[in-house]
Amino acid sequence: MNHWAFVTAAYVVGLGGTGAIVLQSWLAMRRAERAADELRRR
Amino acid sequence: MIHALANPVRFLKIARPLTPILLFGGLGLLLFGAWAGLTRTPPDYLQGETVRILYLHVPAAWLGMGGWTSIAIASFAFLVWRHPLANLAARASAVPGAAFAAICLATGSIWGRPTWGTWWQWDGRLTSMLLLFFVYLAYIALARADAQRGGDGRIPALFGLAGTVLLPIIRYSVIWWNTLHQGQSLTLTKSTIDNAILWPLAFTLSGFSLLFGAIVLMRMRALLAAGKVEARMRRMAAA
Repeated sequence: MNHWAFVTAAYVVGLGGTGAIVLQSWLAMRRAERAADELRRR
Repeated sequence: MIHALANPVRFLKIARPLTPILLFGGLGLLLFGAWAGLTRTPPDYLQGETVRILYLHVPAAWLGMGGWTSIAIASFAFLVWRHPLANLAARASAVPGAAFAAICLATGSIWGRPTWGTWWQWDGRLTSMLLLFFVYLAYIALARADAQRGGDGRIPALFGLAGTVLLPIIRYSVIWWNTLHQGQSLTLTKSTIDNAILWPLAFTLSGFSLLFGAIVLMRMRALLAAGKVEARMRRMAAA
């Protein structure tokens, strides 16, 4: 059994999942703060 | 300290510069730890190369449980002192907590196949961690429904406190029951893992923890901004 295939899969899941949640949180924050700023300027 | 931070203006004054520090600090530590874990440590004499999965699996398990601890502390602060920011902190911790619990389950399953010969076993540790993941999903749905119907946040906060019953079950499951999952190899004061293999874990553990902090701050800022937009729209509609 090739152990590296399992190690690679775990790193893709772990780092990919973390990257996805960081990106989603950052986009949600940017979108919400932009909407609040635009509304304040109106 | 908690009371001082409960002011949204003061909170934002601290959260805005702190977010990139936690984000980039966390990313740097995590990437260095992952690189070191893949290239700078020897394989284990029993597990072979799959031991490298521990550099992601252990921090994910730690934050899966840590996320619920944050929800419980914030829920307690909300119920006792009525700080609205505590309610936001609890809600902001739920999605990253669930994500790390899922990563813990997935990486554990990937590690289990070559080591135990099975992807899954209904043993105490694995089942209680899966339960925690489902409890996270229930909390997320409950908090969202409560916010949408204009609730005061008390029901999700009570649920957040009640869910803490799972944490000691997960922690002591390997002691209470004869599980396939190995016993505790790491405590705050000692480890049964050799230092030659263990050291990158300190980097991935601190990297993931800083990233968790950054995610919670970003989600709190998003919730605060969304609340401001909603309040302003309501005022505009009433005028």
